[in-house]
Amino acid sequence: MRNIIRFRVLFLMMLPALAIVIFNNYIPMFGVVLAFKNYNFQDGIWHSPWVGWENFKYLVQTDVAWTATRNTIGFNAVFIVLNTLGAVAVAIGLNEIRGMKLKRTFQSTILFPYFISYVAVSYILYAILGQAGFLNSTVLKFFGMDAVSWYAEVKTWFFILPIVNTWKHVGYFAVVYLAAIVSIDTEYYEAALIDGASKFRQMLHITLPMLAPVVIVMVLLQISRIFNADFGLFYQAPLNSGSLLPATEVIDTFVYRNFLLNGNVGMSAAAGFYQASVGFVLVLLTNLVVRRVSKENALF
Amino acid sequence: MEEVVKSSAVIRRKSKIYHANAMSPVSYYVLVTLLGLTSLLCVLPLLLVISVSFSAESNILRDGYRFIPEVFSVEAYRFLIDDLDKITTGYGISILVTVVGTFLSLLVTSLFAYPVSRPDFPYRNQFSFIVFFTMLFGGGLVPWYLLYTQAGLKNTLLALIIPHLVVPFNVIIMRIFFTNTIPHALIESAKIDGAGELRIYSKIILPLSLPVLATIGLFQMLAFWNDWYTSLIFINNPKLVSLQYLLYKVISDLNYINSGTATIQAANAVQETLPSETAKMAMAVIGIGPIIMVYPFLQNYLVKGLTVGSVKG
Repeated sequence: MRNIIRFRVLFLMMLPALAIVIFNNYIPMFGVVLAFKNYNFQDGIWHSPWVGWENFKYLVQTDVAWTATRNTIGFNAVFIVLNTLGAVAVAIGLNEIRGMKLKRTFQSTILFPYFISYVAVSYILYAILGQAGFLNSTVLKFFGMDAVSWYAEVKTWFFILPIVNTWKHVGYFAVVYLAAIVSIDTEYYEAALIDGASKFRQMLHITLPMLAPVVIVMVLLQISRIFNADFGLFYQAPLNSGSLLPATEVIDTFVYRNFLLNGNVGMSAAAGFYQASVGFVLVLLTNLVVRRVSKENALF
Repeated sequence: MEEVVKSSAVIRRKSKIYHANAMSPVSYYVLVTLLGLTSLLCVLPLLLVISVSFSAESNILRDGYRFIPEVFSVEAYRFLIDDLDKITTGYGISILVTVVGTFLSLLVTSLFAYPVSRPDFPYRNQFSFIVFFTMLFGGGLVPWYLLYTQAGLKNTLLALIIPHLVVPFNVIIMRIFFTNTIPHALIESAKIDGAGELRIYSKIILPLSLPVLATIGLFQMLAFWNDWYTSLIFINNPKLVSLQYLLYKVISDLNYINSGTATIQAANAVQETLPSETAKMAMAVIGIGPIIMVYPFLQNYLVKGLTVGSVKG
């Protein structure tokens, strides 16, 4: 009590952020009860009748829920691998560039896609994949091939989406890894040079091992979010094309579609709850592993 | 004196090693080429969009999208002038939300991060955890949407601002910055001199924290500027359409025609009111333009911010 009076101004300072977090994050947490209710607008959240696991049963019966889960995990797994390999390669490469100007230019251009919104990305993608887009009008024509309706070709999106994601994010991760490489003590390289280690051997025996802890932490952080898909990428990049859903439906788009477009409150809430709880468990597991790998990088 | 001699020796030694440890010219040029190609792949698609927006529509219809406009034309931009009021509304909403949102977000975040960074504040860990926990678990879209709707926030600018105000990661970065760079003795001595908490915050903490405020401010600017998701969910009033959401609507109308769900007549009817192919790309340029202009400035700070964040995430 004495503390509260003594620090009353500090408490007051924290009030706005606390109010926002309680409103925006904590109150909706209680809304997970919707997953166990048959929601109707007259009765509202609290007075709508309970239905037990009914919504989940319904969810399990839809094939789409399974497709969405598979896509969410599958794509995210591929993204993690591509982002990590790509970013480590770019970071190591950038570190070897001698001219500062050249290095800066490369870094800026590779980071650029990270800065534009997914709506803008969808336009860029349309310029490439559209009916009259660059691929159809120039590339395929050059090879004497027929135009392809990319926005209807399901299978191609298993490749297009990872390419788009890598394009957008590789610069971001490369910057993080480059920062870690720059901070490696140059004495290691000097010693290696005296021992006659080649550039490749230095990379293999100094750079990569020294970089490993950062990479591991970054990968684990991404794994903890493997159940959350990037809504912009999966909804906006394919222009919400209905025929592509087998490849582009993820849990986030599934919830959005069923809730706001089809008005299916119960099942969407159930899917959201399923996503949140699996995600929660994954974060806890990840943290456990990070603590083992490097304690100071653990989340809590 | 000794130190100067020593450091110049280090420099000499380093520069020697730098030469001795250089890659062979051939592999260096291979590396430069590879990175150059990667860089090109990152910006070429954007150049395609820009060049199409400056092409004559008839060329695009005949040859498809090309990198070099056969006939330079600004007809696409002239076409967009018809939609000028929509575009200016979009810019207005986006700028308003970005400016107000970024300012409020910095204010609220720093007001929270400062107390929890104070070593003498007994509840700092408990309060940090309250914000931090929101990174671990959430209620999901459905309850979140219903709450905002029932609170009457649908079709209000607040619905575009509130969701981005408190980002736990930013709180963590700011807290670390305060803890590491502002000595507690400074706060103590200010107190002895009779300064109140608010005065310490505004006259000591904030001026000393300009680097982290700039970094997080730019992160937030980007988040507010690029956001179209909250508009998609909460906005259907045409007066509140932000620039990104306007872009979204233009291209999703186009998809409606492409997907074949519309009948031919409906498609034709819509087609006439829709901008042409080049106008679409001009629309994209208008949407991306501001980012390109502030990019050199932005990326510098964000690289610094990312580096801070990676040291201790």
